[in-house]
Amino acid sequence: MRKTISFILLVILLIGIYYAIAQVHYGENKMEVSKHYINEGLKENGVTNIVTSVVLNYRGFDTLGEITILFIGAIGLGLVLFGFETKRKDIMPASLILATGCRFLFPLILLLGIYIFVHGHLTPGGGFQGGAVIASGFLLSYIGCSKKRISEKGINILESLGGTIFILIGLLGLLFSGYYLSNFLPKGTINTLISGGIIPLLYIVIGLKVGVELAGIIYKLME
Amino acid sequence: MMIFITLLVIIMLIGAICSCIIKDLLSAVIIAGVVSLIASILFYFLQAPDVAMAEAAIGAALTTAIFVFAIKKTKGKKDEKDD
Repeated sequence: MRKTISFILLVILLIGIYYAIAQVHYGENKMEVSKHYINEGLKENGVTNIVTSVVLNYRGFDTLGEITILFIGAIGLGLVLFGFETKRKDIMPASLILATGCRFLFPLILLLGIYIFVHGHLTPGGGFQGGAVIASGFLLSYIGCSKKRISEKGINILESLGGTIFILIGLLGLLFSGYYLSNFLPKGTINTLISGGIIPLLYIVIGLKVGVELAGIIYKLME
Repeated sequence: MMIFITLLVIIMLIGAICSCIIKDLLSAVIIAGVVSLIASILFYFLQAPDVAMAEAAIGAALTTAIFVFAIKKTKGKKDEKDD
């Protein structure tokens, strides 16, 4: 009985996949899509960095998948390292040069990371790159000034908040203009900081989330 | 410019082979970080600054650090068992 039902479900699934694939037109000019992105991307999104307009608008759903994968990776690492309670017996204090350099460089690196993801729609870079730069700043601070720690609670709150805001912006797009993650806000003047509709908002959210997540991974590994 | 890029590619190839062959794990990780760094420079020359940034920050800095921590952790565990 169970086997028959699962067989029927499998057949239905296969037919569904067949019809879904049959709708894709093969053999057409493959450059058509990229031509559309290059020619119409600026008009449709008001974003000068075409990579950003592809990553966050045309392929926004994939980006949601990417940040989910990162989130699951961070959770999995926490799960694996949960039992490890190796006490750090002898922490060598950082040398004077490293400690001073870290104190001086840490705010600058944070600022650079924030700059990269806030300007993601104007210049090369974006949420992932800015987040990685922020995380490397935290890495430096862990090595240099080992007493300073960000709280694990803060990491968790920022992580969940980032993911939730991303999904909420997507749902607002669904509400206002009919499809998920559509650019429903006004585009503004091209080449100014506040332009491009939801894209800068999404990149700020992604940047915070990625930065905090990678910093959390380093934190978990160093404990 | 072409000579510079060719030189970088050659160094990168040598580094990649070395990081596979070398026995010491820590050295292998450091060499892999250097390979990542050169890859990011090459991405920049290929006019992909977005990818270059991601590669420099993630490939060269974070991955190397995470591997070093992982090596340190696993080695510590093994030593405790041996004792």
